[in-house]
Amino acid sequence: MTTRIVELRQGILKKNDELARGLRQQFTSAGVLVLNLVSSPGTGKTAFLERTLRDLLAHGSRAAALVGDLETDNDARRLAASGAPVRQINTHGICHLEAEMVSKHLEGWDLVGLDYLFIENVGNLVCPSSYDLGEAVRVALLSVTEGEDKPLKYPTLFNSADAAVITKVDLAGPCEFDREAAFKNIRAIRPGIRVFETSAKTGAGMAEWLEYLKELRVSHAGS
Amino acid sequence: MHELSIVSSIVDSVTESLAVYQGARVLEVRLRVGALAAVVEDSLQFCYGIATEGTLLEGSKLVVQILPVVMHCGACDADGEIESLQSFSCPRCGEPVSDLRQGRELEIESFEIEDAEIEKAGEAVTP
Repeated sequence: MTTRIVELRQGILKKNDELARGLRQQFTSAGVLVLNLVSSPGTGKTAFLERTLRDLLAHGSRAAALVGDLETDNDARRLAASGAPVRQINTHGICHLEAEMVSKHLEGWDLVGLDYLFIENVGNLVCPSSYDLGEAVRVALLSVTEGEDKPLKYPTLFNSADAAVITKVDLAGPCEFDREAAFKNIRAIRPGIRVFETSAKTGAGMAEWLEYLKELRVSHAGS
Repeated sequence: MHELSIVSSIVDSVTESLAVYQGARVLEVRLRVGALAAVVEDSLQFCYGIATEGTLLEGSKLVVQILPVVMHCGACDADGEIESLQSFSCPRCGEPVSDLRQGRELEIESFEIEDAEIEKAGEAVTP
């Protein structure tokens, strides 16, 4: 019996990566800026996104969202109250979004008519980091209720982020949130990353975040 | 726990490549996995047994090579391995670095097959 070694040198997530590349091209040519929001469950991704959508729409921007959850369309209904077009992706047990799910849920959607598309990933600080969704910007969120060392515990995700958002800062006092430690930890994992401190409830930090979104649109236009 | 999806992708890719090796049996599949790839080897191994059942890969061994995170330090103009996943800084000068050159790999390097047909045909066999 003879044995032989077959060299493959192939990305395991090749199919996802190829689809994501196609999506990225599609987004770029449509002129829509796509952001992938990742965090653990309970960080307040949906509240933050609700506020972001409302504020963007109020400023005359055209924004939409895709939201991923294992089950229910609760988040889509919450987000749709902002007036933005929203679609829910139910993964039925899968712990992350994949490019194929995004692609399927975009069918029939007029991307050219959008300035921003937000993809709210399934709440999970591990698995979403492996799956490219074709986004231009990946945003990792961390709430003041979670503990400042989250970035150190989940370096793979925070290292893959382009920007970080600290949420629920209105609760920082009661939670004895150590702001400096949080910044230090985020930047130990991702040196130089932009960090925003926000509260969806009070609106704190939202102006700076919206300004950043505007800058991103300019810097990604024609790239 | 996305290791089952990952292992299923491995089974699909190898099965696809096996089409040209009719009758071959897979002995071993070798992976290169970066330390930042967010997969756990134990989970991969556990899922591998399940996902390969009833496929051409059943009974084969999964060999996982873990690759350390290599960064490029602009100040030192040199590559180096970071000392821990809790500190992305240059091991030489301590400067924070975001330019990573290795550590996110998630790839099938090769697989080994037992190929009865080829031997019978007396073809040249690559070592």
